[in-house]
Amino acid sequence: MMARTRLAWAYLAPLLITLALVAAWPLLRTIAFSLTDANLSDLSQWQFVGLANYAYLLSDPQWWRAVGNTLLFTLLSVGLETILGLVIALTINAHMPGRGLVRAAILIPWAIPTVVSAKMWAWMLHDLYGVVNVLLMNLGLIDRPWAWLADPTLSMAAVVLVDVWKATPFMALLILAALQVLPLDIYEAARVDGIGPVKSFFHITLPLIRPALLIAVIFRSLDALRVFDVIYVLTGNNENTATMSVYARQQLVDFQDVGFGSTAATCLFVIIALITTAVITLGRVHVSASGNDR
Amino acid sequence: MTPLVLLRRFLFYALVAAILFYTVFPFYWAIVSSLKSGSAIFRVEFLPAAPTLENYRALFAEQSFARNIVNSLFVASVATAISLALGVTAAYALGRIKFRGRAAILFAVLSISMFPQIAVLSGLFELIRAAGLYNSLTGLIFSNLILTLPFTTWVLTAFLRELPRELEDSAVMDCASSFRIMTEIFLPLMAPALAATGLLAFILAWNEFLFALTFTLSNEKRTVPVAIALITGASAYELPWGRVMAASVIVTAPLIALVLLLQRHIVSGLVAGAVKG
Repeated sequence: MMARTRLAWAYLAPLLITLALVAAWPLLRTIAFSLTDANLSDLSQWQFVGLANYAYLLSDPQWWRAVGNTLLFTLLSVGLETILGLVIALTINAHMPGRGLVRAAILIPWAIPTVVSAKMWAWMLHDLYGVVNVLLMNLGLIDRPWAWLADPTLSMAAVVLVDVWKATPFMALLILAALQVLPLDIYEAARVDGIGPVKSFFHITLPLIRPALLIAVIFRSLDALRVFDVIYVLTGNNENTATMSVYARQQLVDFQDVGFGSTAATCLFVIIALITTAVITLGRVHVSASGNDR
Repeated sequence: MTPLVLLRRFLFYALVAAILFYTVFPFYWAIVSSLKSGSAIFRVEFLPAAPTLENYRALFAEQSFARNIVNSLFVASVATAISLALGVTAAYALGRIKFRGRAAILFAVLSISMFPQIAVLSGLFELIRAAGLYNSLTGLIFSNLILTLPFTTWVLTAFLRELPRELEDSAVMDCASSFRIMTEIFLPLMAPALAATGLLAFILAWNEFLFALTFTLSNEKRTVPVAIALITGASAYELPWGRVMAASVIVTAPLIALVLLLQRHIVSGLVAGAVKG
């Protein structure tokens, strides 16, 4: 079996070398930069500054604003995507004519590049000529055009709206896949026992699809925590919506401060790594706990 | 049919209609807007009164959008090809051979796909500049690998694991080398999985924005997402929305066509890799 093991490593070598070069080394360099005052114009000239960048970052209200924005964005968008994804998945799962058509239609937002969907919505949400304002005014829901992307309170709602539109199909498809393998006889039994559809959803469907739902929520949350494209295209570096990624890039590229920008990037990395580890550990605990029940 | 059943059916189809409207309307609106030129774009008409292809013409005649499309095609294709080649070899080891450290490598691959892109930005920037690849398509291909390679490896490993054990048992008896087992037994079986994984990896690279924005400088080297994000008008406050929508339609229509054509494979690939486009 030694030969097989050697063979395995030989097959893995190209992957491991590439990933080391494109992921591991750049990450280590970013962490190293975070301890320096490196500048983008000349990365070879830098001074070691210890934890000074970290001290400054933790005292910068803009950073905490970005942390708050990121958490709010993640909570709102993933929450709405889960609810909408459930509604869409349950609808498609119901037997009806034209089901394939609806499933194809929900793939459209998913296939559209994030930047493009952000631009499409920026035009639809345009304060003067946007179709959203016109429709809402015609329906009498608002009495004057709203400045969706400029208004400090509305802009967060707008970026969440666009992200929800783009990412809900992903959620719906994952939930749909889980729904389609559910055993039908349970529902038959529930109906015989006179249990209504709402009750059977909360007591049968939801517990059964919970593992799949959890995975979808975790993947989407990790995506939302590092969000950049949709925010940057819709509202630029505006502090009302800037997330941790946007903040870090602004420091790194716009202000050329590679040392400080790397500090912010490292903090985002650490936050995501901690959450991932927590989720994996809790997941294991949960799996073993449910194993003991049976 | 009782009124209650009718009402329920009506509400159900109203829900279906609402879902269709919600998912399709923004793209429809982009198409409609792209066909309006001049001041027509500022009027809300659900069918353009005087449809024109002026925006599409301007996109190719007045700026280097054709060049941007070629750049994107090139970067995404090469990154996908490299990721499939490296991914399939690695997946063979991870999916078909039992060895110590396999779980650790799978964990590492999964962790890398969770990396925030910003966390490798300064390190990659330094590497790309040192290699003389700043403002080059090669630099973009290289940086895209961090997105596509973990994805292809993960999905193809999941696929290879599912294949029955007898496949190589019979071949080992015939004294076939492991390389021949891989190329002659597994590769033909994997064709559909490779196509679906390849398409999803292509979409990942085609949509990539942060690296393309940061590692390029001139319009001739930009990819489509960056070009669209940076389209500007005569003044900073006057975005040529018709042109932006025309560009959006051009880069999205082929993707939608491909996705609809391969939707069955895509859904299974999505579930296996849990990837967001």
